[in-house]
Amino acid sequence: MEIEARIRKSLGDFKLDVELTSRCGRIGILGASGCGKSMTLKCIAGIERPDEGFIRIGDRVLFDSSSHVDIKPQKRNIGYLFQNYALFPTMTVRANIGAGLKGSRKENSLRVQEMIDKFQLSGLADRLPGQLSGGQQQRVALARIMAYEPDVILLDEPFSALDVFLKDRLQRELIEMLADYPGIVIMVSHSRDELYRFSDEILVMDSGKAVIHGQTKEIFARPRYREVARLTGCKNITGIRRLDDHTAEITDWGVRLRTERTIPEKAAAIGYRAHDFVPVWGSRRENCLKFRLKSIAELPFENNYYLLPETEQTSRAEGADCEAEDVAHEARNTVHEAVGAVPVPENRTSGETERTICWFVQRDRLPELEERGMPDYLEIREEKIMFLEDQE
Amino acid sequence: MENVAELLRNLDWSPLFISLKTGIVATVISFFLGLYTARKVVKASPGKKAFIDGVLTLPMVLPPTVAGFFLLLLFSRRRPFGIFLYDQFGIKVVQSWLGCITAATVIAFPLMYRNARAAFEQIDVNLVYAGRTLGMSDWKIFWTVVVPTAGPGIASGTILTFARALGEYGATSMLAGNIPGKTGTISQKIAMVIQDGDYGTAGVWVAIVLLIAFGAIVLLNLLSGKAMKNVKRW
Repeated sequence: MEIEARIRKSLGDFKLDVELTSRCGRIGILGASGCGKSMTLKCIAGIERPDEGFIRIGDRVLFDSSSHVDIKPQKRNIGYLFQNYALFPTMTVRANIGAGLKGSRKENSLRVQEMIDKFQLSGLADRLPGQLSGGQQQRVALARIMAYEPDVILLDEPFSALDVFLKDRLQRELIEMLADYPGIVIMVSHSRDELYRFSDEILVMDSGKAVIHGQTKEIFARPRYREVARLTGCKNITGIRRLDDHTAEITDWGVRLRTERTIPEKAAAIGYRAHDFVPVWGSRRENCLKFRLKSIAELPFENNYYLLPETEQTSRAEGADCEAEDVAHEARNTVHEAVGAVPVPENRTSGETERTICWFVQRDRLPELEERGMPDYLEIREEKIMFLEDQE
Repeated sequence: MENVAELLRNLDWSPLFISLKTGIVATVISFFLGLYTARKVVKASPGKKAFIDGVLTLPMVLPPTVAGFFLLLLFSRRRPFGIFLYDQFGIKVVQSWLGCITAATVIAFPLMYRNARAAFEQIDVNLVYAGRTLGMSDWKIFWTVVVPTAGPGIASGTILTFARALGEYGATSMLAGNIPGKTGTISQKIAMVIQDGDYGTAGVWVAIVLLIAFGAIVLLNLLSGKAMKNVKRW
């Protein structure tokens, strides 16, 4: 089964303009809150109407603005799992599951019973949704959708209202329950973990636009754009100035980067994951970053160090082929030469928060840090660098 | 005590039946009309909503005599619409039981409408969307999901509507008049006997009205409380 959707819709200043074509059975849509991902799902389900566009599932055209096709949501055969599950509060579990069924009374009750057994709801069939736990509600909501055999199931942030413990269990349950479902499932989320776990393909959205679409693992490994890197959970994203095929300046970090592989021509920034830094004690190696400690967050399984980069004159002095502003900066650095490393002046670069570097240290590596103290440098490992382009 | 017994023995019970009948019929009409208009208004655009809501709520805020005045203008048998109704269908609103119902409905309807509307607006719109994606018709969603979920609001609207319709005086006295055994409601009876200085009879009727009103409210509270016991809302 193939899904094809082109959706354009304006809501005040906000413009939604996405395209999604896929044969994949498990698709994720990743984006920050308010980027239009839920609206996209609602348009596919027929709850919202695109201003312009085309929606097709298999060979059924559900919406086509050019030929005025707009199938009612009742006829689209698309299941929609709402964030709050939207169970009918005055109906029992049994009545909820059977609410949309069209067959005879006997067929319906058989179908409902089948769903009750499949989703392990047998003891709960005569309860009202208000008497169920979050996990049970999710099962009922899914049973209700599955009861009428939809072609597509849309999951709208199904876990965002849950606490961490329950979230983990429900994610597992949901994946298991959907395991033998032959149709297309699209899950919308702002959580990279959820989508990484769930989807084979991923569409990343940013302010109403589809930024990138591809294999989930591929996108997490090579996010390509800044916003994608941020959404895939990359903590350190900073601008670079490409000098030649194998050197670039990481301006905010005061590092002259030298690489074996060719730096892509369009590279405007790098992303570097917080656990990929290598601590270095003693003398400075290549691609090392000097820093001062800003703060520490101690978590159960890791420590997060928040660092401010300090620039080094040596790497600075070499970077003399730059604009006037840089020359002025150079001059300031020279004045401070006697003092040693100088923080990058605030007015030239981004604010302190943007410049802050995150370094995550797993618990099993903490003893080394305790023994030897904070490292003198952090090494940036070339193979871990993600080169990022600016979006067109 | 003997006086009261004497009073009760000689009491003309017709006002009780006229009031009850009027109250029940007006409540039933208001119930369906109120749900229908509330549903329309909730779905309307904001501008339209403000206007229609204003018109529908007016009878509640105006003095009942003003509503009575308009009703007379409309239904008087010396005016075109009143003449039309009588000549074509033999319908006589003024000075008739139909007038009682009309007046009570017009005055009490806004209570039903406003309560239903408020209850509908509280409903999670996702419930409606869920119903649609499950293939339920809008009509089915309305009667099996929206109305039951709005239950408490609708129940309180019904109680208030009934209580108001039962006690309507101003518009009723203008439109239907106080014809004993025909349009003479309890509230009109009370006003009449008070004018005659008959506080005993007035007291009996006051007690009856108190009983009915209080009983209706308790009954509906019990019913809606039982139905809503296990329903969680937000």
